[in-house]
Amino acid sequence: MAHPVRCRAEVVGCAAEGAYQRLVLRAPEAAPRVRPGHFASLAGEHPVVRDAVPIARADAAAGTLELVVAGGPRTGTVDLIAPLGTPFPLTDEPVRALLVGHGAHSAPLLALGEQLKARGGQLGFLLGAPTAAALHGVERAGALTQDVLVVTEDGSAGLTGLVFEPLAQAARAIDASVVFAAGPPDVLAPTAAVAADLGIRCWALLATDLPCGTGLCAACVVPVIGADGVSRFARACTEGPVFDGTRVRWADIGTVPADLEGV
Amino acid sequence: MEPQDVDLRAPFGPLALPNPLLTAAGCAGRELAKFVPLDALGAVTTRTVMPRPRAGHPTPRAAATPAGLLTALGLPGPGIEAFAERELPWLAERGARVVVSIAGERIEEFAALAGRLGGLPGVVGLELNIGGPSHADLGLVFAANPAISYDLVRAVRRAAPAELPVYAKLAPDVLSITDIAAACVRAGADGLSMINTVPGLEIDPDTLRPALAAGPGGLSGPAVRPVALRCVHLVHSAMLAGRLPTVPILGMGGITGGLDALAFAAAGASAVAIGSALLHDPTAPLRILDELRTALAARGLAAFTDAVGLAHRRD
Repeated sequence: MAHPVRCRAEVVGCAAEGAYQRLVLRAPEAAPRVRPGHFASLAGEHPVVRDAVPIARADAAAGTLELVVAGGPRTGTVDLIAPLGTPFPLTDEPVRALLVGHGAHSAPLLALGEQLKARGGQLGFLLGAPTAAALHGVERAGALTQDVLVVTEDGSAGLTGLVFEPLAQAARAIDASVVFAAGPPDVLAPTAAVAADLGIRCWALLATDLPCGTGLCAACVVPVIGADGVSRFARACTEGPVFDGTRVRWADIGTVPADLEGV
Repeated sequence: MEPQDVDLRAPFGPLALPNPLLTAAGCAGRELAKFVPLDALGAVTTRTVMPRPRAGHPTPRAAATPAGLLTALGLPGPGIEAFAERELPWLAERGARVVVSIAGERIEEFAALAGRLGGLPGVVGLELNIGGPSHADLGLVFAANPAISYDLVRAVRRAAPAELPVYAKLAPDVLSITDIAAACVRAGADGLSMINTVPGLEIDPDTLRPALAAGPGGLSGPAVRPVALRCVHLVHSAMLAGRLPTVPILGMGGITGGLDALAFAAAGASAVAIGSALLHDPTAPLRILDELRTALAARGLAAFTDAVGLAHRRD
């Protein structure tokens, strides 16, 4: 984990994007440390818990972070901690990557796609949401690649269905060597399963409640199989939010599997 | 009186703490060290260490409630051996003064842990987690009964090295916290930590089932501060009245700022601890110490120790 910084960040931009707001925050100390997959933690009115938001992009030169959030426009300053979590792994070699995002969770995949492309990678995007209004990043993805497939549950844009349903077909179409996915467990579990069937890597950014975001509260645990083959609880905020999708015991989230070791 | 002239040193029984601010059990370690140098704290209390590794409860483990946080982690941890090999040396290398929170399923397990931890580097005290909501669902509540509390503390006091102070952490939901406190002190407790989390329950409005996987949980945060202050005030009063021997009290429960810390001192706490405040702001310790200095100076108090027990003075 990059060393996180806590600061009061000025909101220097706020623009509506579909059903979401794109916030631009001035955070010159944090911005240079951000990698795709890192998240930011914002304090709201609650005196204990914070809100975790994936960082959509960071501009080290401008000293800014961008977040895609639900709700109305924001102004003033926010209580920010960033960057947090374990980001997506990036290699210097070019990859053929399928990026699978659900709703606003797609936001960090766009910055990831830019970096993969800069390394000579080939990209395909599979973007889904319940409705057309809840989609995020379709235009930005289209600027990176012509291989953008849109899926909505109500059929209001693109294919009708769930985002992972055309995944195998989309992965084969670009001969993907790796899948990068972001969303809640019910999107990531089938995504990881399809990737495993196809024999390709799957890096999954798990969207879940992170009460503190810093690893202190230990409330956000998911059962993960370690390199030693032993399952333990891993904190989504520190060991994650990006996990090797084949290592997460998706079906056991919310349980304590009998073979789980203490941590 | 200027804030920088205020003396924050906090004698706590045999411990000479550089300041009165500790972390509450379970809220410190590698994560906190990214935000605060651990040696800047009066002391660091570990998460509760048990004899064997424990996975803890399933998720959801936490629910935000009005002005508080309800949690049921189920005492997860690596067990004493992994703690002694991996976690404790790391804390000691950073100069942290470490209070190790311990719990067992039986009195003998508490005693064995105390014996194992005595003399290990960095350990300045033991805090006995003798009963909180985490224990209730395991069928383990020692702190609800004075006689059992007495036996437990006595067994630990005998097993731990004489120079290592032992603190009993008291639960607030007991018939008489003063009776429990008296039993613990008479059994040899060198100090009292007050309070453990307050038992609570939240219902998920969508499922109409308990919001936490474990069902009930322990409430922390600003919501419990008056409950904790009452407990500290009550037990300190009993000490002043001679109903139990005087030992230092570590006050905790919903402290988020310097004025909260000062309130606990006035109620009778010789040191204070923060827990949920760190979740909201991991940099809180240094801010709280600054605010405490300012608050003491503004009241003409030259030393933190001058504030301890002020709420009980008649003049």
